[in-house]
Amino acid sequence: MTYFKSITLSLTLLGSGTLALADGGGNLPALHPKMEQECSACHIAFRPNFLPTSSWKQVMASLDKHYGTDASLSPADQKEITDWIIANSKEQGEAPPENRITKSFWFTRKHGTNHVKPEVWQRASIKSKTNCQACHADAAKGDFNEHKVRIPR
Amino acid sequence: MNIQLHTSRLLAGLAIALPLAASANAILDGYQAETKGTFSAAAGEMLYRTVGPNQLSCASCHTDSPKNVGKHAKTNKAIDPMAPSVNPKRFTDAAQVEKWFKRNCNDALGRACTTQEKGDFVSYMLSVK
Repeated sequence: MTYFKSITLSLTLLGSGTLALADGGGNLPALHPKMEQECSACHIAFRPNFLPTSSWKQVMASLDKHYGTDASLSPADQKEITDWIIANSKEQGEAPPENRITKSFWFTRKHGTNHVKPEVWQRASIKSKTNCQACHADAAKGDFNEHKVRIPR
Repeated sequence: MNIQLHTSRLLAGLAIALPLAASANAILDGYQAETKGTFSAAAGEMLYRTVGPNQLSCASCHTDSPKNVGKHAKTNKAIDPMAPSVNPKRFTDAAQVEKWFKRNCNDALGRACTTQEKGDFVSYMLSVK
């Protein structure tokens, strides 16, 4: 019963929050300009709703060890961006392992082997699950509409 | 008379303090002022190609020539060329340069770079035509 309840709750939260925003692409709030600039130096600036606030806090507090890369910022920039993300994210859904967006329940469900075969991720044109825009052309604008997905060769 | 004397002293002082002030790059001048040594573009190029403990070098992402568009080794993101001869925005913003030296020396070499190494590196970048 408890198990069932928690699943229902997760799905409800996902339906109302993360996925609704992630799929939509319309009327998305603008990202903080400094956040967009700094994140997109290496990858698209992911939307604040892609991780729960607690995960974001951990990500932003460990930028010098950022998934195998040193992505450290000046203390002032780090604080400014962290504050904005905290204010614009929610503590919703379960915190994914290693605070990885790509290990979130909603991500794995949408990108499971029934949708994307393992070898597809290995393609030189894709290479990383971080590379959203390889298949979601307007990912940087927050548009992940599944009808616009084009998987490159 | 007195004023003239002061001026000439001041100029003589400047000539001693800034013998190599003609690098045309303020960031390189800053490193110069810190180390008071000389920088070598050849040493900078060696650093650029040094493969560190993570099997990464600068060239892993910035390619064989800093004149090329690079590609992030992990995310595939395109990286603008690093040589100022093709990308004049490079090495103009000290905070930006320090941010990336900190990150990338750590990633490629597994340690921070010395001021000498940064000076060598910038000298190399400025020498790539």
